[in-house]
Amino acid sequence: MKFFFFIIVFFSVVLGIVNGKMPEVSQAALTECTAAVTLAISLCGTICFWSGIMNIAENAGLVAKLSRLLSPLLKRLFKGIDPKGAAMNYIMLNLVSNLLGLANAATPAGIRALEELKKEENAEDIATDNMVIFTVMNTASLQLFPTTVAAIRANHGSAAPLEILPGVWIVSALALTVALTAAKLLSKVFRYGKKKGDTS
Amino acid sequence: MSFTDYFVPCVILAILFFGLIAKTNVFDTFIEGAAQGLKTTADILPALICLMTCIGMFKASGGIDLLSGLVKPVTDFFGFPSEAAPLIFVRPLSGSGALAFYEEIINTYGPDSFIGQVASTVMGSSETTFYTLAVYFGAVKIKNTRHALPSALSADLTGWIAGAAAVRLLL
Repeated sequence: MKFFFFIIVFFSVVLGIVNGKMPEVSQAALTECTAAVTLAISLCGTICFWSGIMNIAENAGLVAKLSRLLSPLLKRLFKGIDPKGAAMNYIMLNLVSNLLGLANAATPAGIRALEELKKEENAEDIATDNMVIFTVMNTASLQLFPTTVAAIRANHGSAAPLEILPGVWIVSALALTVALTAAKLLSKVFRYGKKKGDTS
Repeated sequence: MSFTDYFVPCVILAILFFGLIAKTNVFDTFIEGAAQGLKTTADILPALICLMTCIGMFKASGGIDLLSGLVKPVTDFFGFPSEAAPLIFVRPLSGSGALAFYEEIINTYGPDSFIGQVASTVMGSSETTFYTLAVYFGAVKIKNTRHALPSALSADLTGWIAGAAAVRLLL
């Protein structure tokens, strides 16, 4: 990120000089920071409201209930993992937290899941097939309701802030399918346990 | 009116109902969660200030138009609006950066324009890929991530192309 910060500012100044847009660049530097605070405040209500609602879902045991629904599917996806073991437990907890948009719960559970997978599969510093599948699932967006996007659309006067929802679901599902297919297929190319010539 | 208008109120009602059945104190639990949300907002604010300011400067300098122009031949081929292209460069790298770009796009083109809808769909259906891989594998000290990155990026690429297609077909 430190390079990104520098490069963006560097090009802003250079392009600003070349294009003769320095007054605009200067103006942006002085006002955009305020716009960031305005944006954060306008999102604060949405973030807090859904954190509150999802906290109810979590405390009422909805996460555990949904985990049970997912379990038959996950058994097939993660081959050779004890369906009742600690690793599977954390995998379910992580995925359901992601579905509900509980970012604060998803990441710790995800890291625990990887730790347990590492133990269960006796991995050292090379990712196993199951670890790759699990992590790749986390790089796809599983969240059912993208609150931030909905809030920004609503704040900018969208006639139907949620009309993108079916599209988001279809695209997410498609991306997840591609991620899982790629993970399965590429595991034959990037073979596990090969020390030399491996790319990471 | 469409089914998406039912979605939010019904989800809220269902969760409250479920909470009451499970004998949760729904009000206190809500307050506790909302307080956590306040902390989340405070946590993203410093990064958001940094990124929105430098992205605002970059846009004012004509940089975003230049970048969009450069990638236009490629994005046109996939039916993706080049104006939303800066978003897909930043999305895998930084959540706050993507949020800053997204807000910029919605602000410029409006949420209900084609560009705004594609940006919304992409934003809602993707994650910060590099960041997630770094945090997860870093935390458990995995050095060789094998095919994780190519698999994750192929999913991102699918999401961008499908995002534009979905808006064309559905909206």
